[in-house]
Amino acid sequence: MKTITLSHGSGGKLMHDLIKDLFLKNLGNPFLNKMGDAALIKSWAKKTAYTTDSFVVKPLFFPGGDIGKLSVCGTVNDLAVSGAMPKYLSCGMIVEDGFSYSDLEKITISIRDACKFAGVSIVAGDFKVVEKKAVDGIFINTSGIGEAFEDSFIDIARIRPGDKIIISGTIGDHAASILLAREDLKFKTKIKSDCSSLNKFVSSIICEDIKFMRDPTRGGLATTLNEISLASGYDISIEETGVPIKKSVRALCEILGFDPLYMANEGKLMAIVSPGSAEKILLKMKRHASGKDARIIGEVKKEKDKKVYLKTQSGGLRILDMITGEQLPRIC
Amino acid sequence: MKYIDEFRNFDIAAKIFRLIKEEAKDLEPVNFMEVCGTHTMAVERFGIRRMLPENVRLISGPGCPVCVTPKNYIDRAIALTNLEDVIVFSFGDMLKVPGTNTSLFKQKSRGKARVVYSAFDAALFAEKNQNKKIVFLGIGFETTSPTVAATVKYAKKKRLKNFFVYSGHKVMPPAMKLLAEDKKVNIKGFLCPAHVSAIIGMKSYARICEGYNIPCVIAGFEPLDILHSVLMLIRQVKSNKAKVENQYNRVVKFSGNIKALQLIDEVFSINDSDWRGIGVIKNSGLVLSKGYMDFDAEKKIDLPDIKTSADKGCICGSVLKGIKTPLDCGLFSKKCNPDNPYGACMVSSEGACAAYYRYRK
Repeated sequence: MKTITLSHGSGGKLMHDLIKDLFLKNLGNPFLNKMGDAALIKSWAKKTAYTTDSFVVKPLFFPGGDIGKLSVCGTVNDLAVSGAMPKYLSCGMIVEDGFSYSDLEKITISIRDACKFAGVSIVAGDFKVVEKKAVDGIFINTSGIGEAFEDSFIDIARIRPGDKIIISGTIGDHAASILLAREDLKFKTKIKSDCSSLNKFVSSIICEDIKFMRDPTRGGLATTLNEISLASGYDISIEETGVPIKKSVRALCEILGFDPLYMANEGKLMAIVSPGSAEKILLKMKRHASGKDARIIGEVKKEKDKKVYLKTQSGGLRILDMITGEQLPRIC
Repeated sequence: MKYIDEFRNFDIAAKIFRLIKEEAKDLEPVNFMEVCGTHTMAVERFGIRRMLPENVRLISGPGCPVCVTPKNYIDRAIALTNLEDVIVFSFGDMLKVPGTNTSLFKQKSRGKARVVYSAFDAALFAEKNQNKKIVFLGIGFETTSPTVAATVKYAKKKRLKNFFVYSGHKVMPPAMKLLAEDKKVNIKGFLCPAHVSAIIGMKSYARICEGYNIPCVIAGFEPLDILHSVLMLIRQVKSNKAKVENQYNRVVKFSGNIKALQLIDEVFSINDSDWRGIGVIKNSGLVLSKGYMDFDAEKKIDLPDIKTSADKGCICGSVLKGIKTPLDCGLFSKKCNPDNPYGACMVSSEGACAAYYRYRK
C-alpha cells in the first residue's frame, strides 16, 4: 500500500511531487498554481468576514461525507451564517507517518468537490507529516474569507422579544451518522450526515429581517440557543413538537437514550427573524433544497433570566440547559 | 413515531392531570417512589414532577444501575484496562463514572475501554481477536442480566477462552424490600420499573405489596404511562387496599419472561451485593454460577487489591433511598455537577442528581 512518509513533508522532491500530482491537480487555480508564500487577492469595498476551524473527526469517512468535505463545509457555513459569501479558503493538513495515500487522495477529491459545490477556491495550503501517533490519521485546518452580502444585517444585538426562531431542517443527522460509524453499534440504518455547504441557501434567503444566524454544530441546537440567550440576555422558548427530526434519528436516540437537541449538525442553520416576516422567510427557505424541512420552532421571550425553555410534547415545561460532557449510550 | 407519540399526547396528558388533581384533593401528603432511573429521567425530561399537586410527591429510588455500582468495582474495572492484553467492553453510561483516581472514559482514548450496546458484540469481538482478553462489565438489573447470560452461554458453546464477564449485576426486589422496611422513607406506593418488570413479571412484587401493605403499579416509561400509574396509585391509597397493578400491560406479563428468567437462573447465582450509597443488601447481586466459572473475570484474571476512598460529604445514600432530594445536598450543583461528580447520583445520566441538575438547576 502506498503511504505518506515523513519525507513527504520534508520539502524535498517527494513533497513537490505530492503537491503537483495530488493537490494542484485537484485543487489548482490561478492563485494556488503560483505556489507563492501567500495568495495576493484583490479586496472589495464591502465588509469582509474571516474565520477558521480545525477538523479532527473520527472516523475520517462516514455516511454522507468525510473529513475533507467537512473541512470545507464547516468554514463555508461559518462565513455564510455570519452574512457573507465565502470566496477564498486556506487549507492546512497535518498527516501522520504511514497514512494511506489513497485515503489522502479521496479526502483531497472530496475537498475539490465541496469547493466546487460551494463556489470557493483554496488559495493557500500547507502540508505537514508528523511521526506516527502524533496525530490521529489526519487533522485539517481551513480558514476562509467572504464578502458581506449586500442586504445582510446580522447582529446579535438586534434580537428583540417576540422574534421567531427558525431551524432550516432536521436535526441530529450528522452526530447520529458519526455515532453509528464510530461506536461498535450494530444498527442497520440509512442515516447520513447532513454535511453540506449553506452559502447558496443563505444567499437565497438573506434580508434585513434576518437578525441573527448560526449553524448548530457541536453541542447541537440546544447549545446554540443557550449561547444566544446568554449573549442577547433574553429567555428563549421552543416547542418540542415543532423541531423537525428524521424518524430514523429519533428512533436511534430513543434506543440509545440520546437527546437530538444536543446532537451536532453540519448542514443546518438556525435563524432569528422579525416576527412579521417569519412566515415569508420560512417560505423562501422551503423553496431551497437545504431548507425544505424548515420550521418555526419558538420565539425570544421578554424575560431576561438567560434561560432556554422547552415545552414538551406532553405539555410539561423544562429548562433546556447547556450540555455537560459527552452523550453516551445508556445501559437499559 | 409509533408506540411513542401516542403515549406523549398532550390532550390526554392534560386530562389525566385534571383527574389526578381532583382525586388527590383530600389526600394526606403521600410519597410515591419511582424505583427506576429511566423513570426519574422521564419524570424530569417531561416536566412531570412540577405539574403534580403538592400533596403527591414523587421521590427517586435506587434503580439507576450505574449509580449503585460501588466505586471499588469501577476502580477494579479501570485496573483491568491497565493489564496489557485486556480490553474492557462496557455500556456507555459506565464510562464517565469516576473511580478513586480516574475514569474508564480516560482509558477509552487509549483503546483499552470500548462502548458496546450489547454484551454479544463484545463476545463477537473476542471471537475475532483471540490474542486479547475481552472483559465485559456486566452491569444492570434484570433488564440486562438475561442478555449477558445468553452471551456467556454463547461463549461456552463457542469454547471462547478469552471472553470474561465482570459481574456487578443486581436484582431489584431486595432493594425495594429494604426501602419498604425503612420507616424514614415512608413510601405509600411504588412505581415499579418497566423493563425490569418485563423480565420478572407482576408476581415478583406480591411479597412487597402484601407484606408491607404498599400499593405497587408497574409503569411504562412514557409520560402518559407515568401519569396514569400515579393516578392508579392514588386510587389504591384512597381505597386503602394495596395490590399489584400492571399499567404497562402492553409489555409486562404476570409471570414475566420465563425464558429470560431461566437464563439468569442457569448462568448466575445469587449473592450479597454492595450498593453504592446504600451498603450491602442481602441476596441482591448476581455472580456467575459454577458451571460458567471459566468466564468469570474475578476468578480468571489476576487483579491486585485496590484501595478505594469513600465519597465524602455527599448524601447519595439518602437520595437513593428517597429520604432526601438532591436539592437538600450542600454539594449539589456547586461542588458536585456532571462535569465533576462527587457522588453516585450525579455520575449517571439516570441518577437523581444528574436529572435534577440537567432539567431544573
